[in-house]
Order: sequence, then C-alpha cells, then structure tokens
Amino acid sequence: MLTTHLNSLATFLFSFLMTLALVLSFVMLGSHWLRNHILSFAAESWVIAALSASVAYFGHYKELYVIAGLTALFRGALLPYLLLRLVNRLKIDREFTPLFRPASGMVVGALLILMAFALSSSIGAKFGITNNITLMALTAMFGLNLIGFLLMVVRSEAISHILGLLVIENGIFLGSQILVPGLPILLELVILFDLLIIVMTFGILVRYLKVHAGTTSSRDLQKLVG
Amino acid sequence: MLIVMDILWAIPILAILMSLLGGNRVRNEYVNLSSSAAVFVTALVLLVFSPTKPQSHVSGYILISPFGNWVTLCTGAVYLLASIYSTGYMRILNITGSQAAKFYGLLEGFALTMLIVPFMNNPGLYWIAIDFTTIVSAFLVGFEREAESIEASWKYLIVVSSGLSLSLLGIVLFYWAGTFHLGAVYSMTWATLHSVAGKIPTSLLLTSFLLVLVGFGTKAGLAPMHTWLPDAHSEGPAPVSAMLSGALLNTAILGIVRFMDVLDGTEASVPAHLAVIVLGVFSLSIAAMFIVRQQGIKRLMAYSSIEHMGIIAIGFGFGGVLGIAGAMYQMLNHSLNKSLLFFGAGNAMRSYGSKEIDRIRRVLSFYPVTGTLWLLGAIAITGAPPFGLFQSELAILRAGIGGSNSWAVWVIGLLLIVIFIGFMNHFRSMFFGLEPTPDGSPTMQFNGWLEVPMWLSLAAILVLGLWWPSGMLHFFTEAGKGL
Repeated sequence: MLTTHLNSLATFLFSFLMTLALVLSFVMLGSHWLRNHILSFAAESWVIAALSASVAYFGHYKELYVIAGLTALFRGALLPYLLLRLVNRLKIDREFTPLFRPASGMVVGALLILMAFALSSSIGAKFGITNNITLMALTAMFGLNLIGFLLMVVRSEAISHILGLLVIENGIFLGSQILVPGLPILLELVILFDLLIIVMTFGILVRYLKVHAGTTSSRDLQKLVG
Repeated sequence: MLIVMDILWAIPILAILMSLLGGNRVRNEYVNLSSSAAVFVTALVLLVFSPTKPQSHVSGYILISPFGNWVTLCTGAVYLLASIYSTGYMRILNITGSQAAKFYGLLEGFALTMLIVPFMNNPGLYWIAIDFTTIVSAFLVGFEREAESIEASWKYLIVVSSGLSLSLLGIVLFYWAGTFHLGAVYSMTWATLHSVAGKIPTSLLLTSFLLVLVGFGTKAGLAPMHTWLPDAHSEGPAPVSAMLSGALLNTAILGIVRFMDVLDGTEASVPAHLAVIVLGVFSLSIAAMFIVRQQGIKRLMAYSSIEHMGIIAIGFGFGGVLGIAGAMYQMLNHSLNKSLLFFGAGNAMRSYGSKEIDRIRRVLSFYPVTGTLWLLGAIAITGAPPFGLFQSELAILRAGIGGSNSWAVWVIGLLLIVIFIGFMNHFRSMFFGLEPTPDGSPTMQFNGWLEVPMWLSLAAILVLGLWWPSGMLHFFTEAGKGL
C-alpha cells in the first residue's frame, strides 16, 4: 500500500495538493464566467499532474511519471485549449441562467464535501483505516464527483455540462492516483485518450447545436419530451 | 478461437478504411453489405465452435466466453439486417457521395465498437469500449442534422457519459478494496475481481455494484436512467435506431450481468440481484405508462426497448438456469424483433411523411405486404405466441415463480398485459382506424432493400418461437456457468 509508510513531507505534499484541487473546484462553483471555469479546470489538472508525479517519487511507481506528463499535457493544456477555442467561437462568455447564485452554490458545494467526508469515514471504518491520506483521497474523489454533478445540474450551458463531466473525471483520476497507483498503466493511458475524444466529440456537437438548434442552453432545448 | 475474433474485428476495420477512401454510394453500400454479412458468419462460427468454458487470451486482456459470443451474434445479426435496410433507406433519403461514405463508415465503426465490447476481460477496458460505442453512435443519431436529432445526440452523449463516470468510480472502488488482499498491483479481470470479492466488506461490494449498475444501466436504458433513449432512438435514421436498440443495449446489459456474476457467492449477491430486478420492474412500469399515451411512432418502439431491457434484467436477476437461458434468448429475439419494428416504422415515417401515430392511417390498404410484416412484428414484440419473445418471456416468468422474488412475476404479468393492450391499440388505429389519412394517400413505393430485412427478421423470430433445438438449453446452461 502506498499510504502505509509515508514520511511527513510526502504526507504534507499529498494533502496540500488534494486540498488545492478541492479549492479549485470551488472557484468553478463561485464563478459564472466560462473562461474562469476553464482556467480553474486547467489548474486543477496541473495539481493532479503534480500529485501523480509526487506519488511516482515517494511510492516508486516509475510509470506514474509518464501519466503525470500526459495529464499535464492532455488535461492541463490540450483540453482547456480546445474548450477556450470553443468558447471564443461560440461567443458565449458566461452562464446566463444558473439555478443558484455563486454564494448559494458554494454553500451547497461545502455540504456535499461534508457528505463525501462522512461517506469516506464510514468506508474507512469498515476497513479499519486510520490513515488520513487514504481518507482524504476518498473524500476528494467523492467530493469532486458530487461537485461535478452539482455543476451539471445547476447550469444550463452546454460547455458548463462538459466542464462538469470533466470535474467528475478529474475526481476519479485524483482518487485513483492515491488509492490505486498500481492501476494498470494501459488503462490510465486509454482513459486519457478517451477523454480527449469525448471532448472533441462534444465540441463538434456543441457547434452543430448552435447552427441547427440555434442555442446551446439546455433550458431552450425543449423539443424532445414524453 | 482468437484468430476468429481477430477476423471479426478486421472485417469492419477493413470496411472503414475503404469508406475513408470515399467513392460513390453504390461502392460504399456493397462494402458495408459484405462487411456485415462476413461479420454475421464469423460471429456464428465463433459461437458454434468456441469451447463452452470461457477462455482468456493475450495475457488476460481478452475473454472469449459463450455469453460474450451470444451478445456478439445478436450484434452481428442486427448489423446485417440494418445494413440491408440502410441500403434502401439511404437511397430514399437520396444521400450520395461523401455523405454516404461518411454514413457507412460510421455504421461500420459503430458495429466495430460493439464487436469489441463483449471480449474485454478487463472491466476498465470494457468501460472504455462502452464509452467508444457512445461516441460513434452519437454522430449517427445526429446524422440527419435537424434541430431535434442534434438535440437528441447531445442529450445522449451528456446523460450516458455522466452515467458511465459513476460506473468507472464503482470499478476503481472495487479494485481499491481488492488491493487490501491481493497487493497494490494486480491484474484487473472479471475473474480476479470474483476471486477477491468474498474478502471485501459487503457494504463496499454493494456500493460499487450499485455505482456500476447505475452507470451501465444508464447505457442499457433501464429506468429511471433511460431519459436519453427515447430521444436517441426516435431521432436517428431508422437503421441506426435498430442498431441502438437491438445491439447496443445488449452490450451494456453484459457488463451488469458480469458484475453481478463477480458478486456471486458473497453476501452482497442477494441484494444485488434484488436491485437489478427492482430496476427491471421499474423500467417495465415506466415503459407501460409511456407506451399507452405515446404519440410518436418511433418513440413507441423506443419505450418498448426499455420494456424489453427491463425484462432481460429481470431474467438475469432471477438467475438460475431458466432465468439466464430466458434472458439470453430474449436478447436475440428482441434484437431481431425490434429491428423488424424499426424498419416498419421507418417505412411508415417516410411514406406518410410524419412521425406522428395520428397521421399514419390505413396502412394495410396502401401497403399490404410491408404492412402485414410490420403488424406481425408488433404482435410478436408484445410477447404473443407463436413468436420467439413468447418463449423467452415465459421462461423468465417460470424462473421467477417459487423464488424469493416471486412478487415480481405477478407485477410483470400485469404490466405485460397493459403494454399489450396499449401497443396493439396504437396499431389498431394505424391499421384499422376508419378515419381518412389527414394528408391524402401516401404514394411512395418501397424498394426491395426495405422489405427483405423485414422478411428475414420475421422468419427468424417465427423459427425461434416454434423450434428450440435440443442443444440450445445445454448451451445456455453452460453459458450461465461462466458469464
């Protein structure tokens, strides 16, 4: 197990990076500007890349260096670039019809993190885990998942939905770096590739939506019911 | 057998490469037709000549099992039927040149992704393969580029991707729980997960199973995660609807069943089976409600798919030799039968120029042959004898009687009657309603490409309903031992 014998520096670094990732997801909740949203997603991806690299260093998983590099490249640079280009092309710079004001969104987000913590503690109790890093990784994984879903639920712009999905994926990826660093590398590589294809597909479809349906907000997409 | 599987994948890859070269419509049609025929024959060879025990290959990444081969056969059959139908359908739509090459390339790509899925021995790779089916098929759903179809494909992609992310979470949690017993690095296969399942706390097993069930259940169209399905099925071109309904949904059910099999023998097994049955029954109820008050012809078929996925889930949930046999048989019958119905709906839609049931009237007087085929298909899909679905639904109901979940049998019985009445009532009004057609008489004539696949699927479901070869039950029994 990675988390059983860590020195204090590693413990500090891991918990710092995980906290940072969670905080960045609150930046997304707190801003309705899509550009901020994309930039904080990029920053979050860099944090996760740093986490992969430190797991590689402290846990001696050499192949995670590759994953760290690819995470920074794909999630930290390529995906944000594609999304920014999309925002520029569509000329949609902010979310116009959010369900919540930023402040309420952040309160709900905080409640979700508490929920994630409660869930992780109960799972930890089942295994008799007292290790804080493991509990924190579980909390961050569930927390980012819930925040991702929250982003998708309360916002209606197509690009916000993509970003919500990416936050969910980031959460799973972050959790798996700490919990299962030995996850077959093939799998991680394919997931990264898969994500890129998904975002490109989304990009094409959003542009079709704009051209053929005249809108990219799910609130105006009301044709198909029943 | 690995070589046969390689051939199975190579055929559509070759076809895709040829469609990338462009070329005129006729060439692409024939490339696709030969690809689908070859895939069907190869799938049949694989099913018949594979050993009855599941075998893993390529250092544990590939699994060739009777259950997987069965799902592959369903895919192959639907791909063949849909290809024949596409040839006619694309001619009516007057799709030519590069558009035709694009359509057939996507169709072949869609078939390829679905042919890869059943052979994935690593749950993570299985997840990715399922994800790829979504991506390719989203483009097919939006192929006609109308506002509705783009909206449908967008909704499909968003709903299914977010659902699938939950099953990825479930898989990661499960793998993590396994590291406490097998060490930090171990190969992730269905078999290793099964071997370690007994040592994992029940509540964690159930949590990860439920996450996986919700995720793959979204893809399989189980209610309440079905919301993308009626849109995607009704807005795509008719042959694509047939592929989505007849082939794609089965491949997602496969993941649920394999994960359920992983839990077998643990304390989580009973609640897991119950969860699958409850979702199945709920799907049936949702389908029943929406079938009764449905107005769109292809949406009617889509809700019927939700119904049948519910029944298949219930069959696997009941388990046992009869439950598994019934559910597997139901998969093939539904694939063939639903293709027939979507082809009929496509023909009606094109000739009457409307998706509304209200605008389709007196089908038999205008189209005696296709009309009859379509009507017979509708009778068959509601589970009436002497067609295949009657046999398989009966087997599933019998599997449930006497078990701990026998309450479900009564509920299903009742819902099936409601669905029968609702479904047939729509067909009564389309075929025997006396009011004149609102827009005058349809004049379009069908070419043979649009009728032949209907004949083929009707013949198949009739044979499957009347004749259950002696080897079949043996095959299902063996398949059930190692899913």
